[in-house]
Amino acid sequence: MSANTVAITAEQYNYDIVKKFAIMAMVWGLLGMSVGVYIASELAFPFLNFDIAEITFGRLRPVHTSLVIFGFGGSALLGTSYYVVQRTCQARLWGGKWLPEFTFWGWQLSIGIGVVLYMMGYTQAREYAEFVWPVDLAILVTWVAYATVFFMTIRKRSQPHIYVALWFYLAFILGTAVLHIFNNLAVPVAWNSFDSYSLFSGVQDAMTQWWYGHNAVGTILTIAFLGMMYYFLPKQAERPIYSYRLSIIHFWALTFLYMWVGGHHLLWTSLPDWVGSLASAFSILLLLPSWGGMINGIMTLSGAWEKLRSDPIMLFMITAMAFYGMSTFEGPMMSLKSVNALSHYTDWTIGHVHSGALGWVAMITIGSFYHMVPRLWGVKLYSTKLVFTHFWVATVGIVLYIVALWVAGIGQGLMLRAFDQYGNLAYTFVETVTFMHIPYVVRAVGGALFLSGMVLMAYNLYMTVWGARRELVPVAGQAAVAATRV
Amino acid sequence: MKHESIEINSALLIILTLVVISIGGLVEIVPLFHIKGTVEEVEGVHPYTPLEQLGRDVYVREGCYLCHSQQIRPFRDEQLRYGHYSLAAESKYDHPFQWGSKRTGPDLARVGGKYSNEWMTQHLIHPQSLVPESIMPSYPWLMQPLKYQDIEARMKALRDVGVPYSLTKAEYEANVKKFGKDLADQFVIANGIKSVKAEAAAENWDGNPKEITEMDALVAYLQVLGTMVDFSKYNQGYFSTFR
Repeated sequence: MSANTVAITAEQYNYDIVKKFAIMAMVWGLLGMSVGVYIASELAFPFLNFDIAEITFGRLRPVHTSLVIFGFGGSALLGTSYYVVQRTCQARLWGGKWLPEFTFWGWQLSIGIGVVLYMMGYTQAREYAEFVWPVDLAILVTWVAYATVFFMTIRKRSQPHIYVALWFYLAFILGTAVLHIFNNLAVPVAWNSFDSYSLFSGVQDAMTQWWYGHNAVGTILTIAFLGMMYYFLPKQAERPIYSYRLSIIHFWALTFLYMWVGGHHLLWTSLPDWVGSLASAFSILLLLPSWGGMINGIMTLSGAWEKLRSDPIMLFMITAMAFYGMSTFEGPMMSLKSVNALSHYTDWTIGHVHSGALGWVAMITIGSFYHMVPRLWGVKLYSTKLVFTHFWVATVGIVLYIVALWVAGIGQGLMLRAFDQYGNLAYTFVETVTFMHIPYVVRAVGGALFLSGMVLMAYNLYMTVWGARRELVPVAGQAAVAATRV
Repeated sequence: MKHESIEINSALLIILTLVVISIGGLVEIVPLFHIKGTVEEVEGVHPYTPLEQLGRDVYVREGCYLCHSQQIRPFRDEQLRYGHYSLAAESKYDHPFQWGSKRTGPDLARVGGKYSNEWMTQHLIHPQSLVPESIMPSYPWLMQPLKYQDIEARMKALRDVGVPYSLTKAEYEANVKKFGKDLADQFVIANGIKSVKAEAAAENWDGNPKEITEMDALVAYLQVLGTMVDFSKYNQGYFSTFR
């Protein structure tokens, strides 16, 4: 690397904004996952609803999904994207101090206000897009500011080349904007009312919503986090990415294919068959670029596998890739019409989402944060041992969670379609509810384990940044980190 | 063109990405507004009455869709458990759609008429009193007074998105032709509040005739679900021509 790389020091980057997003990601993560454990417990022990409107399952569930997807995931993405774009472009964040600051407050306030409104009963009742219209507008403005900061930073890069992680972040920014705008088209009841009615109805509304819904998974929870992976995994492995060509192919294939698959959430419904079939076919195709990404990530460690024994951060990242591979295999299988007939409407779907959300999204974020946070503050990680503990607690938690919901989902699916020897339904609906009690308890325990891992992480990072053992990394070390390119 | 040229040109990268992500949605969503037969031709489906719509708003507010679907699939077990599979036409006035994605509880697409008003009310107030194994939360607060002062604004907003509530005489007359006089009268936006009161008084929804409650509205909504189409009028196989 050229000499000017070494000259760039941390002070030339805007790390302040990254730190803020990182802190809020942890706050929302802890809060959102706590709500998740709580509503999981409500399903196992319904007395926990306590006849209090604000904390019933129906009102808290969007609080959980919004906090973990947009609060935790979103803050992690905005934060890491600001970090990655500065480091790979070797340019300070565009927009001075205030525009990035605006994106921070815009994002945090939208989420905070949005979820409080859910509890008060204000929702659009569109899964993962429940925020009411004024919040949607605030998010839109924030997003435009964020996109501007990001694009303009790329434009003033001092490297000619736009690093692959940035393509993914870029596709995430563009995709999310398109999805957010079209899925939230609605007419408010009044300018001073939070309520609104969606522009589309019935079948068109359903398709628009699930085009959004699946691509919230596609562009945010997959493409964006792949951006994170493409920067942090090679950095932590201290090796270049396995195949540049593969990253090109799977980038374009993913961005193209994902937008087609939303219809697989509506198989066998009133949605015309041609859309469902098309969505199923593209879902199967999606397996290829997904595994392209997984292979590219895992093989980056090729030749340095021993790191898995010594470096728990690497363990998080590689396990994240493994879960990514697993859930992108499970997903296409579930979008086969015959499988979907059983799995749809059951907890199998919820389990699938969490193998992606906890196994892939959260684990790659956790790994990246353990890498990034000490560098942001210029300190050493407080305890590697705790990271190991975190890893095992989290992994056991995920496995319990997924297995419990396989049992609940496949079990319920089979019971609902069972017939007795006279051709009558073998079970009433409520018998399936009784059957799901034990899986629901195990799921709540799995979730609680994952959450306790997050508590360990929060403690570890807190001690890293503000703890007693604060020691500065020598400046030379910092420069060396910057010099390793990427 | 080498891929390299995209990697060094941010504007090109942005434009190409936008093109690539737009295609899927365009191909799959836009035709749904244009292909005839996407929504079946069927008699009987009509907009919700003002009281039913307010009940639907309560349904939305409480997040019922997170545990109950309103979409029956064409399988034998679902036919036996819930009834005829759902038609696209049956949710054409649903803003937003409430098909749901999860059945922690049973499907509600055809729950209308299956239970008495009394049962519905009791079940919503305390589900376990009727179904001891149920894990549904209790909704005692639904017995609070219904806020219906803004019903006309709600109907206007719904009219803006395509529900044929009427503002003008011509619209009213079109409704009379299409839905009959009784319903058309209730779809007159200016009569919104009057309609709510009349419908709430017309039937003993929640066992409390003194007050118009949220329970009245919600039960009225639940009782109309899936009842609009008279399937005995159609040959078996008629609806499959639309799929």
